[in-house]
Amino acid sequence: MTAGYDFLRSLAPEQQVGALFFLVFGILALASVAVFLLGFRNPAQATDDEAWQERLTDARRLLSSSWAMVVVFWIGWAAGHTGATLLFGLVAFFALREFITLSPTRRGDHRSLVAAFFVVLPIQFWLAAARRFDLLTVFIPVYVFLALPLASALGGDTQRFLERNAKMQWGIMVCVYGMSHLPALLLLDFPQRGYVGKGAFLVFFLVFVVQTCMVVQHLLTRRSPRPAAIPQVSKSFNWATWALGMAVGSLLGGALSFITPFGPGQAVAMAFIACAAGSLGHLVMKAIKRDRGVPAWGHRASVTGANGLLDRVDALCFSAPVFFHSVRWYFGV
Amino acid sequence: MLAKAMGIFLLGLVRLLTGAQARWHGCPPKAEQRIYFANHQSHADLVMIWAALPHELRSITRPIAARDYWTRGRLRRWITTAVFNAVYVDRARTGEQDPLEPLVQALENGDSIILFPEGTRGHAEEPQPFKAGLYNLAVRFPEVVLVPAWIANVQRVMPKGEVVPVPILCSVTFGAPVALQPGEDRHAFLARARQAVIELRDL
Repeated sequence: MTAGYDFLRSLAPEQQVGALFFLVFGILALASVAVFLLGFRNPAQATDDEAWQERLTDARRLLSSSWAMVVVFWIGWAAGHTGATLLFGLVAFFALREFITLSPTRRGDHRSLVAAFFVVLPIQFWLAAARRFDLLTVFIPVYVFLALPLASALGGDTQRFLERNAKMQWGIMVCVYGMSHLPALLLLDFPQRGYVGKGAFLVFFLVFVVQTCMVVQHLLTRRSPRPAAIPQVSKSFNWATWALGMAVGSLLGGALSFITPFGPGQAVAMAFIACAAGSLGHLVMKAIKRDRGVPAWGHRASVTGANGLLDRVDALCFSAPVFFHSVRWYFGV
Repeated sequence: MLAKAMGIFLLGLVRLLTGAQARWHGCPPKAEQRIYFANHQSHADLVMIWAALPHELRSITRPIAARDYWTRGRLRRWITTAVFNAVYVDRARTGEQDPLEPLVQALENGDSIILFPEGTRGHAEEPQPFKAGLYNLAVRFPEVVLVPAWIANVQRVMPKGEVVPVPILCSVTFGAPVALQPGEDRHAFLARARQAVIELRDL
């Protein structure tokens, strides 16, 4: 065990990240084989059959989206910094497209929308790629949030002014600002700790921890349904399963501390912060969806053809900036 | 060659901006001779419905383009002829010539066509009353299948007077075919066809 650990320690950062992906792909492959084999099993009673099939379909869907996510991250890492930034930029673009599609805008917003998609988004991701982290964290909330309402005001359309601008700013904040912190995290260096070129581990840490927290919550509510805490917003959310999900996510973070620059205790705290931001952010997005009258950003019946990308990444969009800021603030990077 | 490259580029662009999603309700995509008729709110409607059709149908389906708009400038003319293989119609009736003549020719050649029976772009929620062209073609080509379509959201992508499109997801919903009933008069048929298009909106 220790020999293996020492061996991994001795590898170059590149090789370590490669080994990590190798491990994750291996786990996914095993899970896929298991689900494939389970497809042959017949449940004891015919009445269980339907529920069984449903659970299998659920598992398949979860697996395929996990595969897609890991492959995307792998490509992002293999393609280098520019590739990763472009990739996350594209994800942000598609997420923002979904957000705007379901938040009806007025004609007067057209210029602001053009600016959001073709000016703000590229600049934000360029800032991430260029490691201008100080500007990255304030560009949207300070400058863009002043500039976009100005564009709307100059457009001369004052009807529902505040509401229209709030919608656009929320879309940009969640989809562009949040998402841009993932490539930024990839490029964050900790020179004083010899933690160079291992940003991929930090991204992996964040994604893995937040995703685990969400999946645990999801599975727990399915297994033992409890009364929803806020039925107006979410039919499944309750504080007990939330706390359990948070606990599992944080403990996993502690267990993964060896791939981060944190000590075990710090890793638990960081994972806790990321999970809280992610799962509560997800709740906020649910409230927004409810307001729009849709169950998901890409429900199958939706007229718009949105394919639900935002549903998958919204927790990450909320946790990434919070995590990024806490890391920088704590370590003074 | 250049036209093909342009076609691929436009397809990519439309998919990136709008998703170009086709939803087939009531009829499958099928290589039979058809007249697709849809609501019309934006110049991009033509490109949108063209992009939403599957590749096999795109090559045998010719969109109708207003001559005055789409022949202005060499680029527009080239795109509509070389890339879309469009049929030009005159919106303003001039002299003796029947404005339907080019469409009749296309249908006689065995092509399918994409028609906007409102004649011009509307701005209201519901499409304007349909013009007689659709009825006349239905009378003349009873064997051609009439497929209603609803184009959602395109007007948000590029409102009138704007030049830069904004990425917003759009879709084209194709509905169950409408056939001219024996003895049905023009007004009744056009009203029914328009209703068939409107009903696709909330699907």
